[in-house]
Amino acid sequence: MTLSQASLQAIGLTLELATISTVVLLVIAIPLAWWLAHTRSRLHAPVHALVTLPLVLPPSVLGFYLLIAMGPNGPLGQFTQAMGWGIFSFTFTGLVIGSVIFSLPFAVQPVHNAFEAMGRRPMEAAATLGASPLNAFFTVAIPQARSGILTAAILSFAHTVGEFGVVLMIGGNIPGQTRVISTQIYGYVEAMDYPQAHWLAASMLVFSFAVLLALAALRRQPARLL
Amino acid sequence: MKKLLSMLTIGASLVALVPQTASADTLAVAVAANFSAPMQKIATGFEAATGHTLQIAVGSTGRFYAQIQNGAPFDVLLAADTTTPEKLVKEGLALAASRQTYAIGTLVLYSQNPSLVDNQGDVLKNGDFSKIALADPKLAPYGKAALQTLDALGLAKTLEPKFVYGESIGQTWQFVVTENAALGFVAGSQVASLDTEATGSHWVIPQHLYAPLRQDMVILNRAKDNQAAHALVKWLRGSEALGIIKSFGYGIDTATVDP
Repeated sequence: MTLSQASLQAIGLTLELATISTVVLLVIAIPLAWWLAHTRSRLHAPVHALVTLPLVLPPSVLGFYLLIAMGPNGPLGQFTQAMGWGIFSFTFTGLVIGSVIFSLPFAVQPVHNAFEAMGRRPMEAAATLGASPLNAFFTVAIPQARSGILTAAILSFAHTVGEFGVVLMIGGNIPGQTRVISTQIYGYVEAMDYPQAHWLAASMLVFSFAVLLALAALRRQPARLL
Repeated sequence: MKKLLSMLTIGASLVALVPQTASADTLAVAVAANFSAPMQKIATGFEAATGHTLQIAVGSTGRFYAQIQNGAPFDVLLAADTTTPEKLVKEGLALAASRQTYAIGTLVLYSQNPSLVDNQGDVLKNGDFSKIALADPKLAPYGKAALQTLDALGLAKTLEPKFVYGESIGQTWQFVVTENAALGFVAGSQVASLDTEATGSHWVIPQHLYAPLRQDMVILNRAKDNQAAHALVKWLRGSEALGIIKSFGYGIDTATVDP
């Protein structure tokens, strides 16, 4: 006995979700982390708290509010309907939105730390050498923070793969659209199909261990891996 | 002398307390999600009448099964089906003699929209909605009944692209009440527990369209000598409990009602 067709489909969908979410997260997290590391705005503390919030909130809270927000009477749902996009609950797009919010702290914090550790010196040096701020950002700041960015990418990807509560609440468990590995395992366990649950759960365990192992190796020897 | 007297009184009151604590037990009861609301009401009456305390855990029957198999400390299980209690009896984890039907569920098609669901179910044939919610048929008896209904109406295939699955009947209800799904197959007890019956629209699915949703209870092995557990099972077949169960839209298995 090996992984069933349904399990393979769930694995494919999970990898797709994690990849897209990671890309979106990096696009949002890098500028956000830069702003957090350098701003003197009074908004710094509230924004920092807001970004960290998903770390503290249970997924059931996040999922429940997302379900209400995305619904036809919620603010997000009203907006998406007005734009002619329909409602995002029970769709792959909805899962990406949920994953991005849920994993945001995991993407922002490593990059934030990297930018802070770098300080202002390298950017000032680049400016005296005649580089425009944008140019300096891409040629100096990003390469300097690459270890933090890579950590953010790995954590975002792994955290999205391991996501359960939010997906369960807003997904609707539709095969090929919103049924990911974690909800599939849950379904097998609840349906008392333990052999299938074991196969999938064991794969997940091995995957998670491999990711954390890679992360640990990365932290020890950043120079050789990058 | 005074000291001795007060010590004696304390001693006497302690002795007086002993038989009372022995008869007032705390029971851990695992209750299927769809029966949560009636069980709260029943528990209040039971506790007042017997002095026992009920610790109620609400959840899915499948999960309770897995937990009980692995030694979860439940005394009584009120399942959402008949197969789980039967399996527990076969595996020697529950008392065969205690197994009986405590309620028969009703399936209802419900929408928050007051004009969507008609009392013939024509809304299903028209298919004029984007999503319809049902409990996962593999996990929840109400989901299975919903699929049987759609099969009987010859609509299962056409409507399948619009299905969204709740992991339990509780989550299915959540999808429908938040209007993320326009309508859905829910438990009659959920519709009955609504504050205002004026909102929304519903169709009580005719019983011949799906296999009866018999829900069985059973006393688990660890409570086989627990009088409180036996008292609860008896109480659930008594007139006060039956009245509450019926008021939530459940049917009753009249064959097994205690005289």
